[in-house]
Amino acid sequence: MTGKDAALHLGVLAVLLAAFFVLPEYHSGSLARIMVLAVYAMGYNLAFGYTGLLSLGHALFFAAGMYGLALSMQIGGWPALPAFLLALGAALAVAGAVGVLALRTRGVGFMIVTLMFAQAGYLTVLYFGAWTRGDEGFALPQEVRNLFGLDVTTPAGRYFAALALFAVVLLALGALVRAPFGRTLIAIRENEARAAMLGYDVQRLKWIAFVVSGVVSGAAGAAYALLFGYAGATFAGVQYSIFPLLYVLLGGAGTTLGPFVGAVFMFYLIDLSSGITTAYMLVAGLALVLLTLFLPQGILGTLRRRALPWLP
Amino acid sequence: MLEVQGIHAAYGRVRTLFGVSMTAKPGEITCLLGRNGAGKTTTLRAITGLLPVSEGTITLDGDDLTRLPAHRIAQKRVGYIPQGRRLFAELTVAENIEVGLMACGEGRETRDWVLSIFPRLRERLSQRAETLSGGEQQMLATARALCLRPRVLLLDEPTEGLQPSMIEEIRQVVLRMKAEGLIVVLVEQRMDAILSMADRAVFLDHGQSREAFIGNALRADPSILTRHLGV
Repeated sequence: MTGKDAALHLGVLAVLLAAFFVLPEYHSGSLARIMVLAVYAMGYNLAFGYTGLLSLGHALFFAAGMYGLALSMQIGGWPALPAFLLALGAALAVAGAVGVLALRTRGVGFMIVTLMFAQAGYLTVLYFGAWTRGDEGFALPQEVRNLFGLDVTTPAGRYFAALALFAVVLLALGALVRAPFGRTLIAIRENEARAAMLGYDVQRLKWIAFVVSGVVSGAAGAAYALLFGYAGATFAGVQYSIFPLLYVLLGGAGTTLGPFVGAVFMFYLIDLSSGITTAYMLVAGLALVLLTLFLPQGILGTLRRRALPWLP
Repeated sequence: MLEVQGIHAAYGRVRTLFGVSMTAKPGEITCLLGRNGAGKTTTLRAITGLLPVSEGTITLDGDDLTRLPAHRIAQKRVGYIPQGRRLFAELTVAENIEVGLMACGEGRETRDWVLSIFPRLRERLSQRAETLSGGEQQMLATARALCLRPRVLLLDEPTEGLQPSMIEEIRQVVLRMKAEGLIVVLVEQRMDAILSMADRAVFLDHGQSREAFIGNALRADPSILTRHLGV
């Protein structure tokens, strides 16, 4: 990571830290949710933005993390930390297995295969409704929701836990994509055959990127269940596979902060427009169309191209 | 020595090579010649493993490359510079070179060697590849292939669309690689380039290798070229 990258990332984290003390409780609560969703999108960005893998099935990994944590706490009575680690393991196993099969395809085939796996995951959650409570979902009891002694049911605990996860993932992925491994992923995205011609085992590298992406998405799912105390089948549905794609496209694919910017934009676009009209999805849709037309590389992607070429 | 023996290949169900054979030796430039669609680029893609070979064999110093995946062939130090350069456009010049070096575990020494061949790239290290001129892009594509420290260098029309000064620069690099003992296989359309560089030439037609000549025979009777290429 270069000095400018590090300064930018640390600056953003400092602003987010200060935001809790400045913003009204409603917005700091929203920001905690946005940070967790941004972590999900950052995981997705590694696969799509950096490696060129357009997955439509990342809700499967988000849900694997979410249910990995929630079921182990609810049924197994596990404390939060081991449950979180189990959730990461679940996401790792699912992403590893899906990656082996889905990466045998490419392009539209890859999109369809990942979508089908996610739908199978969604149906599995419904099928085991006796444990998962299906669409209705289930709440995690307040008394078990603490991590390292931090009560994540309070606004402050939730916010700082979300910020900690966001910071770790931002800095780790920021370093990863600036490292030789990250440059290689970009090379694969730009021209897979050319990367192979240089001697890279493209299939293996794509699988590693896909698995890391799945694990980060799983971490976001587990954090969501822990911080907001709820797990439900909705999070395994197709719309939760589309959300990170939208965040990344809006914020800027292949930029470290683009997923966060996209998540903030989408969240508040819907939040604000729903306060004005009941047809808020129409407003959100129109805004998305305009943004796509005028900033085709997303907000930060366009900024990087036009003014700030150093932007990570 | 690179030996291609009677290879057949297809793009899906469309067969494109029907028995191509050629031999290329270290310290020589072997030109693959033929009209458009004769199978020149396809032959290079088959050698590099980008296109599966259904029949025939490809060996490098007796080592069978025929069924190896593309990345394993590259690891055998077979460098390929495709037509149209195909750079990693979003990466800088330095990152393009770094990606080339990392693939085969090459380091600073190779980087310095490559930049000594293309000093102009040293001035452009922090520039994104997509912002380079056509000639500079060709230099970078060549530099990236050289990062493998190749034993074999396959070049597909490296001077296409370049201005004369740049063509000469690329030509000098190809001759330098020959002098350093590399096996150079060159697909080229320009007669002056063929006549000035070829040590041997293999003519392809409709996916098959036809006649082969040594360079001196071509230079003694350039009409061979016009006869086979129809120019």
